[in-house]
Amino acid sequence: MFKWLDPYAKPETLYRICGLWFPWLMTLAVLTLLLSTVWGLGFTPADYQQGDSYRIIHIHVPAAIWSMGAYSSMAIAAFIALVWQIKVAQWAVGAIAPIGAVYTLIALLTGMAWGKPMWGTWWVWDARLTSELILLFLYLGVIALSGAFADRQLGAKASALLAVVGVVNLPIIHFSVEWWNTLHQGATITKFAKPSIDPSMLWPLVLGILGFALLLAALTCLRLRTAILLNEQHRPWVRTLAQQSVQQGHVQQGNVQQTKAGRGV
Amino acid sequence: MPEFYFESLSAFWQMGGYALFVWLSFGSTYGLLAALWWFSQRSQSRILQDLAKKQQREHRVRAQQQLEEEHNESKT
Repeated sequence: MFKWLDPYAKPETLYRICGLWFPWLMTLAVLTLLLSTVWGLGFTPADYQQGDSYRIIHIHVPAAIWSMGAYSSMAIAAFIALVWQIKVAQWAVGAIAPIGAVYTLIALLTGMAWGKPMWGTWWVWDARLTSELILLFLYLGVIALSGAFADRQLGAKASALLAVVGVVNLPIIHFSVEWWNTLHQGATITKFAKPSIDPSMLWPLVLGILGFALLLAALTCLRLRTAILLNEQHRPWVRTLAQQSVQQGHVQQGNVQQTKAGRGV
Repeated sequence: MPEFYFESLSAFWQMGGYALFVWLSFGSTYGLLAALWWFSQRSQSRILQDLAKKQQREHRVRAQQQLEEEHNESKT
């Protein structure tokens, strides 16, 4: 059933695909984010209640949405790694976790900077804010666990397990504004009705959401490449790549010693 | 094409009195994202060099071991 996915699980193939995709994804991400920011900051009208402070929405909402999106993809990768023992899925967990942690931190920080002028406080221990903070701790836990064991395999397994179990937090974050009384407003666009935001403000927001998604994909490609090289460093194809990087003159002191060492092999 | 909303550039910087909060948000966001990109890019561009150095060291160690072995054999 998963036969067509098989070649992508081969580290060497995935390394090349990620290398192929990264420049495009990154360029698109930068362009979309730039457009969204310029549009959202200067070319939309101010909110009739919140004035210009609402412009924070153009980064707050995308970061918050993809802090959860990144967690879902990380948890899916962790599940695949645990059940089918696919190595690259395991490495993807480690590649995504720091990106998700940064997104969560951004959502929290921009939320605080928005909450201060609108609610009169930087922070309240309210359901949405607290569950998002727990998401940050989950990310940090996944990152910390993977390095906490002398046996790297065991650490990877523990962090994958935490990632999978932590999924229960996602619906809690999403529905927190409905289940509990909270300062945080309800869903504006991620609901099954017409978005309760004017189209002139919606477009830069949609671009922002697209931009954060592209950036997540791009950075995942970049970090996954590093993880693949690190974990496959004893394989012939990585050794060849490393030698090629020497020949291209990336390592300054390289050549003399290589010819000297050449006798040894 | 939407028009520029603010009357002047200084009004733009003031953000209707919310300058601190708006610029704090955008500044920290893009600061953090740029840092994440920079660190990821740096470790990616360093890893092949590090692996190459590691290989060279392995080669050197092996060459040295072989030299010593030859030396010991000629002694006995």
